[in-house]
Parts: sequence; structure tokens; C-alpha cells
Amino acid sequence: MVSLNQLVAVCLLYVVGLFAVAFAAERAAARGRGDWLLRSPLVYTLSLSIYCTAWTFYGAVGYAARSGLEFVTIYLGPSLVMIGWWWILRRLVRIGRSHRVTSVADLISSRYGKSNLLAILVTIMAVIGVTPYIALQLQSVTLSLSIFASAEPQAPSGGGQINSAQAAFWVAVGLALFTVLFGTRNLNANERHHGVVIAIAVEAVVKLLALLAVGAFVVWGVAGGVEQTLAQIDRSAIGQWQVEGGRWTALTLLAAAAFICLPRMFQVLVVENGDERHLQTASWAFPLYLMLMSLFVVPIAVVGLDLLPEGSNPDLFVLSLPLSQGQNSLAMFAFLGGFSSATSMVIVATLALSTMVSNHIVMPIWLTYGQNTVQQSGDVRHVVILSRRLSILLIISLGYCYYRLSGGGGALAAIGTISFGGVAQFLPVLLGGIFWRGATRTGAICGLTVGFALWVYTMLLPSFGPGAALSASTFQNGLFGLQWLRPEALFGINGLDQTVHAVLWSLSINALVFIAVSLFSFPAPVERLQGAQFVNIFDHSTAARGWSASVAASEDLMIMAQRILGAAEAQGFFRAQAQLQEKYDGLPEPTPRFVQALERELAASVGAATAHAMVAQLVGGASVSVQDLLAVADESAQMLEYSSQLEIKSRALTDTAAKLRSANDKLTQLSHQKDSFLSQISHELRTPMTSIRAFSEILRDAEGLGPEEKTRYASIIHSETIRLTRLLDDLLDLSVLENGEVSLNRQRGVLRDVLDQAVTTARAANTRVIKIDRESAGEDIVLDTDLDRLVQVFINLITNAQKYCVADDPQLSIRAHQRGRRIIVDLIDNGAGIDAASQALIFEKFSRLPGQGGEGAGLGLAICREIIKRLEGDISYLTDVSGTGFRVELPIAQTDV
Amino acid sequence: MGKHVVLVEDETNIAEAIRFLLGREGWRVETLANGATAVDVIRNANPDLVMLDVMLPGKSGFEILKELRADAALADLPILMLTARGQTRDREIALEAGVSRFMTKPFSNADMLAAVRDLTAAGTAEA
Repeated sequence: MVSLNQLVAVCLLYVVGLFAVAFAAERAAARGRGDWLLRSPLVYTLSLSIYCTAWTFYGAVGYAARSGLEFVTIYLGPSLVMIGWWWILRRLVRIGRSHRVTSVADLISSRYGKSNLLAILVTIMAVIGVTPYIALQLQSVTLSLSIFASAEPQAPSGGGQINSAQAAFWVAVGLALFTVLFGTRNLNANERHHGVVIAIAVEAVVKLLALLAVGAFVVWGVAGGVEQTLAQIDRSAIGQWQVEGGRWTALTLLAAAAFICLPRMFQVLVVENGDERHLQTASWAFPLYLMLMSLFVVPIAVVGLDLLPEGSNPDLFVLSLPLSQGQNSLAMFAFLGGFSSATSMVIVATLALSTMVSNHIVMPIWLTYGQNTVQQSGDVRHVVILSRRLSILLIISLGYCYYRLSGGGGALAAIGTISFGGVAQFLPVLLGGIFWRGATRTGAICGLTVGFALWVYTMLLPSFGPGAALSASTFQNGLFGLQWLRPEALFGINGLDQTVHAVLWSLSINALVFIAVSLFSFPAPVERLQGAQFVNIFDHSTAARGWSASVAASEDLMIMAQRILGAAEAQGFFRAQAQLQEKYDGLPEPTPRFVQALERELAASVGAATAHAMVAQLVGGASVSVQDLLAVADESAQMLEYSSQLEIKSRALTDTAAKLRSANDKLTQLSHQKDSFLSQISHELRTPMTSIRAFSEILRDAEGLGPEEKTRYASIIHSETIRLTRLLDDLLDLSVLENGEVSLNRQRGVLRDVLDQAVTTARAANTRVIKIDRESAGEDIVLDTDLDRLVQVFINLITNAQKYCVADDPQLSIRAHQRGRRIIVDLIDNGAGIDAASQALIFEKFSRLPGQGGEGAGLGLAICREIIKRLEGDISYLTDVSGTGFRVELPIAQTDV
Repeated sequence: MGKHVVLVEDETNIAEAIRFLLGREGWRVETLANGATAVDVIRNANPDLVMLDVMLPGKSGFEILKELRADAALADLPILMLTARGQTRDREIALEAGVSRFMTKPFSNADMLAAVRDLTAAGTAEA
């Protein structure tokens, strides 16, 4: 016989062995060796086997003994999920890896705008949901111990009974210690636990071999072969193919949902996943493992029912059968298998939950209310580790409490389904989050809350039995006496199986509320961005949030990193980053790339949201504005906007280019004009000076000049001097007019008088005669303007006609009339006109028409234009007349003056 | 026998000064104010010297110069160009077109007379 002490000794030995394996694996990983094993798809697949807990190991046989083949549903759900990995799991793994997700709560909060509220909600729900599951492990280990105890004849208590509450307590303490030592032994609180994963893989092999060994013993050692076993099965009730469609569907769905949503499954499936391709192997290997696990369930159940006395707990057939046959070593082996199942589940589940509790509840509180900020030096790793250890203790003690409250007597499978139902509430929000961009945070919170409340009311509370959490009258008459609120028959729908009922109502109302609220609420910008990145994960997986890291000093980042990662690791990381930047001494430059790498490194320790918050504290926030977020969230809109902006810009550029070209043309023309003016002004100055010099030399040098000649030459000098003066006057006049410095001498007068004066002056100054044709009647217009300046303009125009009209019989017609509030005076000669190319230039300074000599300096029309501008009028060249025509427009006089 | 000069100059005062100065040296001065008819007048007059302004109504001095040089009979005719446009480019154009001498206004009377003497002396020597 196996003594209890022996059993405990073997267990401790086994645990020490596991420690050794884990230690070796971590040493190997730290040295970068053993990748072939640590990162192999086989280890990944075996680590997934933590799905098979004590429930599977012991409970499946019990389940089969009670309900026949229905236990298969528990394997069917996960198998379907694995086979259809391409659809959901690949997505989850990719999201998890690219967003450094540390838990299912992290994923959900990250998707819905990094909502801390949502993270806390999911964490609390997960802790409550998993509590029955941990209780289940406690119960199974306690039960298995009690089997050995009862089989121990020399036990001092005689009856071989152990105090199950006490045993469960010590088992819980042992498991907690085990988990703390295993999962948080290393001060480096990293997301990936190579040691744990390897230990779990070993345990997976142990439990499979143990179950297969018991199964083989039962089939060949007890039943006497395959044929006999099959015959025995046929005779028993289990062999009856009884399938209740509703229950099967509900349980398969529940198992599939739990497989994805259970925190510990998420941990091994997503967080510990080292390579996306491992999923491909696991998609067939894991269902195969499940098949092997379930291969001997029915034979063991049938033979157990047949051989063991009535009233034996079918959940323990795996142990009690070998014991009853005297196979102590086999029983011991089976016990180790069950122990493996229980411990591996508890370790990973509590690790996953403690990470969630620590990252989403403890760390945010510590960061918010703690007296210190992340810039301060000092190690925060102890806070992380401590909060995880406390979380582990809390979670396991909750499991123990549930075990005590539920009385420890329920069937293992029934307890398991309750847990499944709780975590399955995450499914709508999870799937909605990765497939539907319209899902919002508000919708997620409402859906989760409603679904979870329904689960508590219809599954968790009833599991304590009538009169415990819910009064018997509530079971009978519903909450507050309302019949339609009966926990096992909501809305008055009776006759449904209890599990089907609870799953149906909680999940469907959860999904409905989630969808409805999502449709009626608007996502925040961050939610839209995250939603787009999650739903389009395969397009977005490299999308990066840029930090405007220039503001963060590397020293500050170093201090923070040391506190979280530890000095050695932080320095190693910084050194590696510096080398990446090709800096071989000192700290790396705080480039966005570097800060992002650092954030990823920190996220591995404290979770994405916390790491993000800590880096944001130093860096001052992501450089992504709300506009950027919205633009990224809707790339098509962004592309459209971008291309339309490009279009607008290119149009603007074309316009500008055209303007520049025309400005350039004009400038070139003006430059030519300036050159020709300089030449012109030189000519204009030199010409009178030539006469002056020549005659003054004659007067000086020539002898024998008569007084008449002397007078004549002196008067030529005189008139040429006046001509020079006039030229300089014109230039100054124009300069003054152009600078707007002229003061107008406003007077009232009649247009006829102005024209009379101009004609007289022009005629007197010029020898060339031109016939002037006027119409006095039209000229009877009162003016209120600078009359002298106006006369100057008309003199100029008339003189021009006199000089340049090439007709044989030169004639100038002057016509005036009033149009609206404008006075219009047209001066048109019968000459050749001015060609179109020159028309644009005639009002420019110093422009002279080609082929025209004369003494004009080309300033006349420029002066006219400036004067008329000051008089608030307009002067223009008339293009639609036969000769050369100018139009002068002036405003009419104010009548009330 | 007095020498014959054709002076093409639209500035009457300048023309009068030149007429006076050359007249005192014994020149017969024929004055033209318009460029348009200058080439014909010169061809008919067959003068000993032509004095040309550049900026002229009708036809510019440069054009007249080119037309004169294009005529083989007038290829050796001394042509003195007087211009108020004193830029280098104008001088280059004139030299290229075969001007005998190029003077910028205002000029000193003595220089002008010296130039006239030079040009006609060379012409005589050649003839």
C-alpha cells in the first residue's frame, strides 16, 4: 500500500523535478540556447494542454459515468476552434503580438480605446469566473488524497478518513506557494515564462501517459482485451447513443468560447506564442492530444461502474480502479497525472489572473495614488512582483472559499461548466472587437455587465444550492416574487436544461446588448484607431504609434527602465539600442524607434496600458493628434483627402507658375524698357548739351562774330538750357506723382475752358499745325478737380497728336459727354494709330514708339496717367477707332457743393 | 575748291553749330533733317564727307550707314558718326557697319574739326 506520507514525498520529488526542468529551460533561454525546444511547435501544443485539467483527468470519467458520451463536447469545442485557427486564433495571436497584449483583459481594454475601466471589469469578471475552476482543482486533489487515505489500513484514525477541509486548505497553500515560486520566482516579471511553459509541457506528457496507462490497464488488464471492453460498453447505459441536440450544441459552444476566453488559455495561446506558425501545427496536434486524452474515458467509466461498489465517486475511477486491483504504482502514476493536471492549470491560471490584477488594478492605483512618479529612481519591480504574489494568494484563497461554500461535493464537470459560462461572457466583446469596427467601449461595458450579471444569477449563485446564496423561495418564485425572474427559468421559459438555459440567456442577451449599445454610441478617436488596427490586423500589424521622443531625455528613460526591468537588464537593453544606432558609448538617442522598443520592453513587464502611461509621463504623449487618429482610422478618407489636397496644391502651383511667368515677362519687358530709357535719357540729356557746348565754344573761341550772331547763339544756348530743365522737371513731376506726394489744387470750372486753354498752349508751343475739331455744346460740363493738372494732361495729348500724327492733313477731334457719374473726353486723330504690341506700353515711363524721333523723352503719357489717377479718373487708349485715340474719364462734380 | 559735306542731323541747333564751324573752314555744308531720303541725297551729291546722327526720323543712322557701305561706289566714302547714344554697343554696331569715325555727343569743336580733317586728308591721299 502507498502511505500518505509516501504520496506527499513523491509529490514533492515531482515538484522539485519540475523546478529543475523549469530552471534549466530558463537558463537555456537566457543564454539563447535550446531554441529548437523552447520555440518548437511541439512545446507550444503541449502547453495548450493546460486546457485538460483535473476536470478532464478525473472528471471526464465521472462525466461519462453520469451522462454518457456528452463529455465529448468539452473536447469538441476546442478542437473546432483549433481546426478553424485561420479564422480567429491567427487574428488573436497577430493582434496579441503586435500590440504587446499581456492578457485577455489587456486585449479587450486595448481594443476599446485602452479603457482602464473595461480592463478592471474584465479582470474582476475573470477572477470571479475562474474561481470555481480553481476550486475544482482543489477538490480533485483533495478527493484523490482522500482515496489514498481511505485505502491506508494503518492510518491512526482507523477509518482512513482525512479532514477534507484541512486537506483542501493545505493543498491550496501548497499550490499558492508552488505558483509564487514558479511564476514569480524570477524578479524579472516577463510576459514569457519559458520555464513555466516547459514544465507545463512535461506535465502534459505525464498526465497523458498516466491516463493512457490506466486506460491500457483497464482494457487489457481488467476487461481482457479490446473486444471484451467493447462488448462491456455495449451492455452499459453509456453505450447508448443519446444525444440531446440542445445540450450538445450549448456545451460545445461553451467549451469553444471558454477555450478562447479563459485567461490561462489566452496566456498560452497568445501571450506565450513565440511564432504564429506554431498554430498551424497545433491545429492538428492539439485535437489529436485531446483525442488520446479521451480515448479510454468510456472504458474506464464502464469498467469502473461494473467493478467498483455502488456509490463510489465516478470522478475518481481513474485512481480507485488501479487501487482496487492492487496496482499501487499505477495508482501513484495516475495520481501524479491528476496532480499534474491540477497544478499546471492552477499555475497558469493564477499567473494569468495575477498579471491582470497587477497590471490593470494594482499598478494603475499605485501609479495614480503613489507618492512617487516614474522619474524617481528606485526599483518598482518589487511593487510588480509583490502585487502579483498577493494576487496569486487572493485568487487561490477565493478558490478555496468557493470550495468550502459549495460544499466540495459537486460533480467536477458541473463546476467546470459554471466557470466556462462565466468566461464565455467575454466572447461577444472579443469577437466583436476583432471583426467589427462599429463595436464601442460603451457597448462592450454594457454587454459584459449584463451577460455577467445573468451568469451570476443563473449559474454561479444557484451552484451553491437552494438556501445558500439564493433563498429557496427565489428558486421557486423568482426574484422579488416575480415569476419571470426565476433563476432557472427566466422569462417563464421552463423545461430547458439548466446549463442550456443559463448559456442561452446570458450569452444572447450579452451579445444583443453589446450590439445594440454599440450601434447607438459613438467611439472615441482612440477606439476608432484601435478598432481599425484590430479588425484590419493583417494590413496594420506594422502600424506604429510614433513618440515625439525628442523631449524625453535618455537619462529619464534609463532611470525608469532600471526601476522596472532591473539595472542589469535595462543597461543591456540600452547598450543594445545604442549599438543599433551605431553609438558605441553613452546612451542611445531618444528616437521614436528607440522609445517604442522601450515601451514594448516595459509592456512585457507591466502591460501595454501601464507601459504606455509611464512612457507618456516622460515623453509627454504620443505625437498622434486626434486628426491623425481619425485619418488613420479611415485610410480611404485619408487617401481621398490627401489626393484632393495634392490636386488643390498642384492647381495652386500651376496658377502660381502662370502668374510668375507673366510677372517674369513683364519684368523682362520693364527691364528692357529701363535699359532703353537709360539710353534714351542719355540721348535726351546729351542732345541739348551738344548744342550748348558747341555754341559756347564758338562764342569763346571764334573771332569776328557779329553781335547778331552772338545774340543768336546765346539764345540757342538759353533755349537748350530750358529744354534740359524741362526734362528734369518732368522726371521730378513724375516721381512726385508716382509717390503720391502731390497736393491737388481743387477748383470748380467748365470743361470747355480747360480744353480752350490746353489747345491754345499746345498750339503756341508747337510749329506743326493740326486741325482741331471740337463740339462746344458737349463741353458744357462742370468739373470739380485740379484744373491746372487737367490742362497739363490735355496739352500733352494734343501735343502728341501734333507731333506724331502722320496724316497729310492732320486732324484731331475732341468729343466730350457725360455718362452716368462719369465725364468722358475722347481725343481721336486721323493718323495711323498705335500697333497692339505697343498699346500696352505707351503709358509706361520713357516708352517711345519705334521709328519716332522728336525731342520727347517718353514721359508725357506716364505723367498723364499718374495725374488722372490722382484725379480719380481713368485714361485709356481707344482700340476701336481708326486713328490714335485716347479716352479720359473723370468723376462728375458734386452738385450740392 | 571748297569741300562738300552732307550732314544728316534732325537737331537744328546742332546742325547750325556744325554748319558754322565747317563753313569757316571752307566747307560746303548740305544739311538733312530726315533719314528717309538721306541715302539718295548722298548718292547724288557724291560728297567728300558724310556726317551722320543715329536717332533720326524716317530711318536710323545705322541703316543709312549700311546702305551706303553696300553701294560699291560709296565704299570708301568717309563717314563720321555723331551720336548722343554713347553706349559701347552703339559704337560696335557702327564699326561693324563700316563707319570711318565714331564720336559721342557732346563733343569739343576742336576734336570734331580734327576728325573731319583726318578723314578728308586720308581720303585725298588715297585718291
